[in-house]
Amino acid sequence: MEYLTPMSLDDALAALDAGELSIIAGGTDWYPAQGECPIECDILDVTRIAALRGISKAKDGWRIGAASTWSDVIAADLPAAFDGLKAAARDVGSVQIQNAGTIAGNLCNASPAADGVPPLLALKALVEICSAEGCRVVPLGTFITGVRRVALDKGEMVTAVIIPETSAALKSAFVKLGARKYLVISIAMVAVTCALRDGVLSDVRIAVGSCSPVAKRLSALEAALENQTLAQTDAILAEACLSALAPIDDVRGSKEYRVDVVATLIAQALREASHG
Amino acid sequence: MDRRSETELIGFTLNGDAVQSASPGSARLSAVLREELNAKDVKVGCNAGDCGACTVLIDGAPVCACLTSTAQAKGRDVQTLRGVAPDILARLQQSFTAHQAAQCGICTPGMIVSAAALLRDVPSPNVAQVQDALGGVLCRCTGYRKIIDAVVAVGAGIPEVDATGAIGDAIARIDGQTKVDGSERFGDDVAPDGALVALVIRSPYPHAVFEFGDLEAVRKIDGIEAVLSAKDVPGDNLFGTIPGFIDQPVFAETQARFKGEAVALVIGEADTIAAFRIGDFPVTWTQLPAVQDVTEAQANDAPQLHTGHKNNLMCGGFVAHGDMDAGLAEADIVLSGSFETSFVEHAYIEPEAGYAEMVEGRLHLHICTQSPVMNQEALANILACDEDNIRIVPTAVGGGFGSKLDLTVHPYVCLGAMVTERPVRMCYSRVESMATSTKRHPGRIEIKGGVRHDGTLTGLRFVGDFNTGAYASWGPTVANRVPLHASGPYRIPNYRAQSKGIYTHCPPSGAFRGFGVPQSAIAQESLFDELAAAVGMDALEFRILNALDNGVPTVSGQVFEQGVGVKACLEALRPAWESGKAECVQFNASSHNLKRGVGIAAGWYGCGNTSMANPSTIKCGLRPDGTLVLHQGAVDIGQGSNTVITQIFAQAFGVAVDQVALVGADTDITPDAGKTSASRQTFVTGNAAKLSGESLRRQVLTLVNAAEDDQIVLGDGSIEMSGAHKIDLSRMDVGEDGYVMRAVASYDPPTEPLDENGQGVPYAQFGYAAHLVVVEVNTKLGTINPINIVAAHDVGQAINPLLVEGQVQGGVAQGLGMALMEEFIPGRTDNLHDYLIPTIGDVPPIETVIVEEPDAHGPFGAKGLGEHALIPTAPAILNAVNNATGVRLRHVPALPHRVRAALKEAGYE
Repeated sequence: MEYLTPMSLDDALAALDAGELSIIAGGTDWYPAQGECPIECDILDVTRIAALRGISKAKDGWRIGAASTWSDVIAADLPAAFDGLKAAARDVGSVQIQNAGTIAGNLCNASPAADGVPPLLALKALVEICSAEGCRVVPLGTFITGVRRVALDKGEMVTAVIIPETSAALKSAFVKLGARKYLVISIAMVAVTCALRDGVLSDVRIAVGSCSPVAKRLSALEAALENQTLAQTDAILAEACLSALAPIDDVRGSKEYRVDVVATLIAQALREASHG
Repeated sequence: MDRRSETELIGFTLNGDAVQSASPGSARLSAVLREELNAKDVKVGCNAGDCGACTVLIDGAPVCACLTSTAQAKGRDVQTLRGVAPDILARLQQSFTAHQAAQCGICTPGMIVSAAALLRDVPSPNVAQVQDALGGVLCRCTGYRKIIDAVVAVGAGIPEVDATGAIGDAIARIDGQTKVDGSERFGDDVAPDGALVALVIRSPYPHAVFEFGDLEAVRKIDGIEAVLSAKDVPGDNLFGTIPGFIDQPVFAETQARFKGEAVALVIGEADTIAAFRIGDFPVTWTQLPAVQDVTEAQANDAPQLHTGHKNNLMCGGFVAHGDMDAGLAEADIVLSGSFETSFVEHAYIEPEAGYAEMVEGRLHLHICTQSPVMNQEALANILACDEDNIRIVPTAVGGGFGSKLDLTVHPYVCLGAMVTERPVRMCYSRVESMATSTKRHPGRIEIKGGVRHDGTLTGLRFVGDFNTGAYASWGPTVANRVPLHASGPYRIPNYRAQSKGIYTHCPPSGAFRGFGVPQSAIAQESLFDELAAAVGMDALEFRILNALDNGVPTVSGQVFEQGVGVKACLEALRPAWESGKAECVQFNASSHNLKRGVGIAAGWYGCGNTSMANPSTIKCGLRPDGTLVLHQGAVDIGQGSNTVITQIFAQAFGVAVDQVALVGADTDITPDAGKTSASRQTFVTGNAAKLSGESLRRQVLTLVNAAEDDQIVLGDGSIEMSGAHKIDLSRMDVGEDGYVMRAVASYDPPTEPLDENGQGVPYAQFGYAAHLVVVEVNTKLGTINPINIVAAHDVGQAINPLLVEGQVQGGVAQGLGMALMEEFIPGRTDNLHDYLIPTIGDVPPIETVIVEEPDAHGPFGAKGLGEHALIPTAPAILNAVNNATGVRLRHVPALPHRVRAALKEAGYE
């Protein structure tokens, strides 16, 4: 049983290439998944790799290092398009979880209720994946392939989340519905980015989490809202087809309930984004 | 790259000291801090980041140590409670103590560490900032508002308390210091180094038969010291709490009746047990059909759990008063309703834990328990030894609420210690705790009530089926208590109430703050709102009109000549009721999807056992050096009996509280003060303490013929009386227990047996309560947001108003959780992220109104309080939702999807 703590990405990728390793960063999902069972796997701890942490402006967008924590996101100086992501970060578990849990960990854990996924989908995030062979970039929407499943091949790890350049006019919001205030897994959640000029919506992106195996953009609804006024949204939402969603019944809520409240959450998110 | 070999140590700074760990890099930092580096001020409540008890600062940032690998601490600065900035720590400790922000104290280190990080950055935080910073730490005792107040006060000013601890003084709890400085020792904090560890093998199915494979192979594993099962139990392989209902095996013998039931025990060295894969234990299972619903369990073809209990009926309870049928017949309006409640988990933050060892041929058990003497009796029966050969030393108890009355780790560590002759420890994992400890009984209730046009109640019928799970535990108590309480504190001339406890393949339901009364109150108080509305009466006036009063018989025919304080509690709500109604109407006029409502409910609870002896005994003595010692055996599980009993005793003897040296609880040194349950300690043990203090005082006065009102001044080896008498204690003969004077006194509440109709004197006293809640309902989402709560409680005489507020607020928070979010589903919500209890952001401001209608039997007039605090909360919330929306919720918890469905059914868009 080995515990590897590489200081460089090259070392990490070389180690991944050499053997079967369980990657750990914040540990906020990894340790609970172990339960009380003895820990017997070899571990690659990526938290000491400086290149994986930090949020920076890249030449055509933003780069969030894979091991950046939710607290890093909250503290970062980012444009209004990221307000939804920041709101999601503040809704992640608790301060303790936000201080440890990482962006890439949230994606790779691939929970249907991952708080980070809807706002990143709404930001058209890309996932940078590297192995000893090289790097590739895939859209977040194709990276998470199912419940607890991601498109990572052997020897690969996520190294960054890349957000393409956002327009200065882009606003955003995130709404999480849970049965209590803190430390709560969402029943449903909605992230919205949009631009608003003279009361007219444009560049509308809506992503819904906890209502399908993987959080989803609602492209038909986005198209229907494009170039509409905020005042018209309620009528459009009332008619909206949400068949893209496939919620399940669980202890947090029924599938009927989830479908029922999504439109309300979207309306709330659009309002918050517009006022933000 | 840092590629650790096994021999390399991980170095970091712990509270300013350089330390090294030899544990694997993947070891949870919480375990390393506690077990290897002895930082026992780090508490572990869940091992999953759900409770925050293990919060530490790493390079100043709060994280859960249970989610942090030890390797990640390398080279870093780790601070536990003891290591946070001394100036901030000192003020936090002072403020937590002054506010009684720590009750049991198990969450306190996590709270204080989180608060210290906040105060470092924000010296004068507001409420919202405190909530955000402390949102990751769960507390089950306080209801959080005192914690918020304490942290805000560090910036805004900490109140000073200047009092001697006389009856009515709001002094800080006298055992509070260890709770805020990290030195309190809970069940898992006391085992000696090198103790063996016990691991229980449990059923993965709710109903199954099983066979063991080669147990010898397990016994031969290096580091395994014993493998035990039913046939290794020297005495009866059974335990329980109520005579005639001792039906739970220590180890299932051939069939398991609930998921998580124990079948075998593995004892070994700590490392060996940590590495032991439960899946490797040689047992084969054959799953059988299970029945988990009370209605299905009563069907003729349902699997039968216990012989002699046809249709899975454990037992029933019955109370009839007047003529119920005639009462309903003479009513102008009769309404009925069906209500359903869920399993509720106690969710104390401290899992069950303890250790046992053999000392000079006797068994010593150090354990977090609410009932040391009951544990002693039960263990003597299991272990086939004399009670005298078992010493129970209660540790600090990190919350109990009823579930730590029952045996949990006790028989396993005791058997282990007896067999191996080494200390054996055990701490339940969170899942193990939630899957196997007792629960609040789910209730399925039918209620029918009749009322005249003038608002007078004429009759009430109550039928409740309660899911008691696989074994009886305190189920018979629930079955008995419910019919006696299901009337609520009202004058009901014609009444019939019937309860049944039904066995199912679920974890045992047992004692939980209120013993079934919170469930029945939901049905009764909801129905009363409907009856009031049906006759066009204000809900408060309706209750006041029908409220029980002095000289009015209860439904068991008991008449109290004094001390019935429910009207006073209801009256105390009137200002908030009137303003609440008006404000909600005003708010709703301009609000479309958010609707506010105000609701009230009352409650009562008989203190002490039901028509059964439950004496408490208190011993005290004076040492030759002038030390006044109080042997206090009423286990303080956070509620404050150490402080309250001492205040009562000190007042009776005639000195200040700080003159009393407290010992116990410990079955070797404290007489039996009974169990900490049934809201009995202030009342019953309080009376014993009063009698004991008065007896000792009388001895002192008699010795020198002093006047009755002479003041006693304890000196160094002497007593000086205000009347100029002096007693030289150091020259007196030393008698039993090393005392020159001693007193032992007992008190047993005067009750009388109930007849076949439940008529008689079940309790010597009741306490009364009425709550008011304002809620905001989001009709589109079905979410319910409590805005504020007023809780009026008749406590007879508040021995300590600060502790009264603590009990009330903590109970309210549990009632709120029961109403809105708490639903234990066996095998599904056995962790603290699927099972939700309120967080610091979920409990609104609570105004506690203390009503004092002195009780004839209570010490200085005091009444019990523990259970009363949560009984009215849930129905008050449901009534407020009805006031806001017109919708009557009949199924708790009122999770958003249930509320939304009810709203839609009522026509909400």
